[in-house]
Amino acid sequence: MSSKDKKLSSERVQRVIELCNSVEQRGVDPFAVDVDDIIATLQKYFPDWESPQELAMDAQAVQCLASVIQNQGNWVKYRSTSLYTDPFLLEEKINKLNKEELATIFTQVWNPIIEMEQLSIPTLTEAIKYWNELAPIDQRWQRNELIQVEAGATTREELVRLKILAEKTFMEELESFWKELKQTVGEATKILYWDFVGTNTYQETLNRAYMTSFLVTYGYATLELVPLEEEVFIKPFTEPNSELADKRMVSVPISVSFEEWTRWKKEKQQ
Amino acid sequence: MTRKAYYAKKIKKATQLLFYKRHMKPGVKGWELKSALGSDYPKILKVLDGHLEKLNLQVKTIFEGETPSKEPTIEELNKARFYVTVRGGFPAKDAKMMGWRIDDIAGLATAISYIISKKGKAQRDKVEDLLRSKLPGWRVDMNMNRYIRSGYLGEDEHGMLYLDWRTHAEVDQKALVELLLLK
Repeated sequence: MSSKDKKLSSERVQRVIELCNSVEQRGVDPFAVDVDDIIATLQKYFPDWESPQELAMDAQAVQCLASVIQNQGNWVKYRSTSLYTDPFLLEEKINKLNKEELATIFTQVWNPIIEMEQLSIPTLTEAIKYWNELAPIDQRWQRNELIQVEAGATTREELVRLKILAEKTFMEELESFWKELKQTVGEATKILYWDFVGTNTYQETLNRAYMTSFLVTYGYATLELVPLEEEVFIKPFTEPNSELADKRMVSVPISVSFEEWTRWKKEKQQ
Repeated sequence: MTRKAYYAKKIKKATQLLFYKRHMKPGVKGWELKSALGSDYPKILKVLDGHLEKLNLQVKTIFEGETPSKEPTIEELNKARFYVTVRGGFPAKDAKMMGWRIDDIAGLATAISYIISKKGKAQRDKVEDLLRSKLPGWRVDMNMNRYIRSGYLGEDEHGMLYLDWRTHAEVDQKALVELLLLK
C-alpha cells in the first residue's frame, strides 16, 4: 500500500472515530451510524496497519464502535420504558402551551426539598468568642520588611550553609548509611533494630529510623520479625534488591517514640 | 425510658437531621441516619412521615441508581439519600412565595421535559432555543444558569445538559410527561 493510500485510510478511520464520538458527546442518534459498513471498512484496512500508532488508532475505532452499539442497546431499552416520548410531539405540546399552563402542570409534579439554615445560641456564642480572639487583619497579614541587597555570586558551600542545598544527595546519604549498616552487622547477618537505630540523642535516633525505613523500602535491607519475643532485626543485603519492588509489599509500623527511646537507653546503660 | 418516649426522642433527632442543611447538598444519607438514630431508622422515618403528612410534607427516599422494584434492602437504604419535600405538588400561585416567578417555573418545566424526551441528554443550544420562543433572550441565559446552580440541570464539557440530583429528588418525571401529553 502506498503512503498516499495509507494516509487516506488513516483519515477514513479518524472520521469513523469522530462520528462514533459524536454519538456519545453530542447525542446524535446512534442508529445514524452504519455499524456493518464501519466493521467492513476496519476489516479491510486492518492488514495494512504496521506501526503501534496505526494499531492504536484501529483499536480506538473498534472501542468507539462498541460504545455506539451499547448506545443503540440503551436507546431500544429507553424507548420501551414508560418515560419514552416522541421528542417532536413533546416539543409541539410545549410550544402550544403558554407559560401559566406550563407552570401549573409543573407545580403538580414538583415537590421542592424543604431545607433550613438557622443559627443557634451556642453557635452564636462560639462565633462571638472566635471574633473576640481574632487578631486584626493588619496584624495577621503583616508583611516582612524587605531588605534590598546588591546582587552577587554565591558558592556551593554558602548554599549548603543556608540549607538551600544538601551536603550530599539523598541517594548518596542512603548508600553511605547502607555501608554503615553492613559494617555494623559485620560477620553476623542481622542486628536488632534498636541497636542500629538508637543513638545518644533522640533527634539523631529519629533521623536514623527515617533513613532505615528508606533502606528497607528501596531494597537495601530487610526486616525480620520475631513475634514471640517481640523483636525486630535488620538484615542488610550485599547488593540492592530491586526485585522486591515487584513483589507484594507489607508495611511494618515500628514506634520510635520518646518513651521507647528512653527505655532502650536505660536498658543499654544497665 | 418508655417505648413512646424513646420514639419521640428519635423523631425529634430525625427531624433536626432532615430539616437543617448541614452539607453543601441538603438531605441525609441512610448511613448517617443509622449512626445517629440506630438500625431501626427506617421505622422512625415512617413514623415521622406520618406526622409530616398532616403538614403536606413527606420524607422522600432517593436511591443510588435505579429505584428498587421490590421492598428496598437495608443496604440499599443505607446508600440512599433522604429528604423532606412537599407532598403532592402545590398551586402555581404559591410558587411566588418560594421566590420563583412563573417564567422561571415554565422555563424549568420546558427544559426538564425536553431533556427527558431526548433520553436524558440534550444540547444546551437546543434547550435555549426552545426557551427563547417564550422568554426574552436575556432571561433565558440567566435562568439556565440558575437551574444549573440549583442542581436541577447539569452541563458536561461538551455543552450537553442532563437532569441533575435536584430534579431526581423533586420532580416526578413520569407524571410530568404524562400531564404534558394530556394537554
